[in-house]
Amino acid sequence: MLQRTSYLTKRYGDSDGHTLAVYERDGGYQQAKRALQMDRAALIDEMKAANIRGRGGAGFPMGVKWSFMPWPPKPEKPHYLVINADEGEPGTFKDRTIMEKNPHSIVEGCIIGCFGIGAHAAYIYVRDELHLAKARLWEAIAEAKKKGYLGDKPFGIDYPVEVYVHTGAGAYICGEETSLLNSLEGKRGEPRLKPPFPAQAGAFGMPSTVNNLETIAIVPTALAMGGDNFSKLSAIHNLKDGGARLFGVSGHVNKPGIYECAVGLTLRELIYDLGGGVKGGELLAVIPGGSSCPILRAEEIVKAPDPKSPLHPYDGKSVLDVPLGVDTFRSLGTMLGTCCAIVLSDLADPVLAFHNLLQFYRHESCGQCTPCREGSAWLFRILDRIVQGEAEVAELDRLSEIASNIMGNTICAFGEGTAMPTLGFLLKFRRELEEFIVTKGKSGTRRLAL
Amino acid sequence: MTFALSDERERTLQEILSRYPTKMAATIPFLHLCQEQHGWVSDEICEYVAKRLDLSAAHVKGVATFYSLFNKEPVGKHQVWVCRTLPCALAGAENVLKHCEKRLGIHAGETTRDGKVTLRTAECLASCGSGPMMQVDRDYYENLTLAEVDKILDRVTR
Ligand SMILES: Cc1cc2nc3c(=O)[nH]c(=O)nc-3n(C[C@H](O)[C@H](O)[C@H](O)COP(=O)(O)O)c2cc1C
Ligand code: SF4
Ligand code: FES
Repeated sequence: MLQRTSYLTKRYGDSDGHTLAVYERDGGYQQAKRALQMDRAALIDEMKAANIRGRGGAGFPMGVKWSFMPWPPKPEKPHYLVINADEGEPGTFKDRTIMEKNPHSIVEGCIIGCFGIGAHAAYIYVRDELHLAKARLWEAIAEAKKKGYLGDKPFGIDYPVEVYVHTGAGAYICGEETSLLNSLEGKRGEPRLKPPFPAQAGAFGMPSTVNNLETIAIVPTALAMGGDNFSKLSAIHNLKDGGARLFGVSGHVNKPGIYECAVGLTLRELIYDLGGGVKGGELLAVIPGGSSCPILRAEEIVKAPDPKSPLHPYDGKSVLDVPLGVDTFRSLGTMLGTCCAIVLSDLADPVLAFHNLLQFYRHESCGQCTPCREGSAWLFRILDRIVQGEAEVAELDRLSEIASNIMGNTICAFGEGTAMPTLGFLLKFRRELEEFIVTKGKSGTRRLAL
Repeated sequence: MTFALSDERERTLQEILSRYPTKMAATIPFLHLCQEQHGWVSDEICEYVAKRLDLSAAHVKGVATFYSLFNKEPVGKHQVWVCRTLPCALAGAENVLKHCEKRLGIHAGETTRDGKVTLRTAECLASCGSGPMMQVDRDYYENLTLAEVDKILDRVTR
């Protein structure tokens, strides 16, 4: 169901929409002030009721995550809030817009988040390339500090909060939360084995919560509306997937961009109503939420005869008409991920798209686990040979073997993030791959750009 | 010549150190400061950072080599990164890259003879809705046409 909203994006068009004055004109910082005077358990209950599913990819319920923090905090074990703004997942460009155009929502969310998890400091981890985003965040922090909204006594209330920006130095893997924590601590950005989970031993070995940047930025809105009211904005509130969020669309559409809508939007609405339709040719396929999510073909039909499946209401319909939700898309055999779709027209060559993505994964494996390091390199080499016209059809089975051997055998989910889209392409584009190999590429369009 | 931060960067470093419960956490921001000043991260810089933060040089070198934005050797005066990942590729990134290579007479990963420009490819830079795009030093240039690429290259090669 298409329902545009403007909680985060209201001031996106204003040239001074990022300033404190404009943010406050719209009621900014009222919720932070209110939260600091709330009972912590009541705050967490509101957040649970809001059904905010993590916006970073895995879709874990935010309120539940906050409730995992040990309570009460021990003085010798300070808690930390860590905000993930590494935004490196191919196709994803939503967090950047919030940092550049609405940074105060993040700072306010951090104050509320710190209180909710018992922390006095928040670190926002921003990928280094985003210089404007970092500058806007630092400006927002300075403005809030000057007004007395941060520091020893925010709003005159005895609950110290500081917010800092920390930068990486170019590594996709630092978006994985434990790798991000190592990077924050000044180490190589290599993921850690879990357990311990961040709530037990996170930043600097202390109990920590890692939230995606959009997740924290929507917190003031959810609190202002009341958790339940916020959740009910969503067409799939019944699946505990609530509220409104940012949807992105890129690739072969006429109007790529970031659009804020109530949860429950479908891919068809995202591509045709918001994205302005497919640019050149017809819709071939779509990667729903960042490159790690397995691809869907335009003609796929939902099969969900089981009434208990979250997909059952859409049984027999096109996959393009399923609401974009965490559980609905998982049930489709793909993922919602970051909710930023990549659209492929049928004038583009899916084999080259597959090749392009495997090059990314080969480049970004951190190298700690052999199946991931060797597997991602091997996958790319085979695809490269296919594209060069040097491979044989039997090698497609080798691809699926390598991908299957990565699954479940690695320290972090990067392994699955490489293997799952690989298996997805093999399943959905087997015929095109075989034809490409047999004809040495003559069967394909041999282009990505139109 | 021994490396030391300029006075202004030294003040920034002190401010950075105040943000974290450990000195080690300053490693990456400190390396950024050094690179800003020196252009790349040499062994000497790793040793300097290690000494200042009470860390082993091996630790700092391990960090510096892990992250792709730390230059392990001298680079050109200007840095040009063309995003090559799928959404940008669907929007024409390959043409942009080829055009840059032709104009500059170098391949991605190389620096022009006169030391003015280093050309590289980048993986997704969170600008996928406005591809093709490139980053030049600290700035993003989006929805590029080849004519715009020419203008940008004119400026950095001047
Ligand atoms: C390889 C990999 C890369 C990731 N990159 C990001 C990222 O760039 N931004 C992000 O918020 N989460 C990213 N995540 C997910 C984080 O590990 C973590 O689940 C998330 O930050 C939690 O926040 P949320 O619950 O608010 O979504 C990544 C995960 C993996 C496995
Ligand atoms: S799965 Fe890959 S990225 Fe993750 S820790 Fe292992 S080698 Fe590194
Ligand atoms: S693919 Fe180029 S910015 Fe994302």
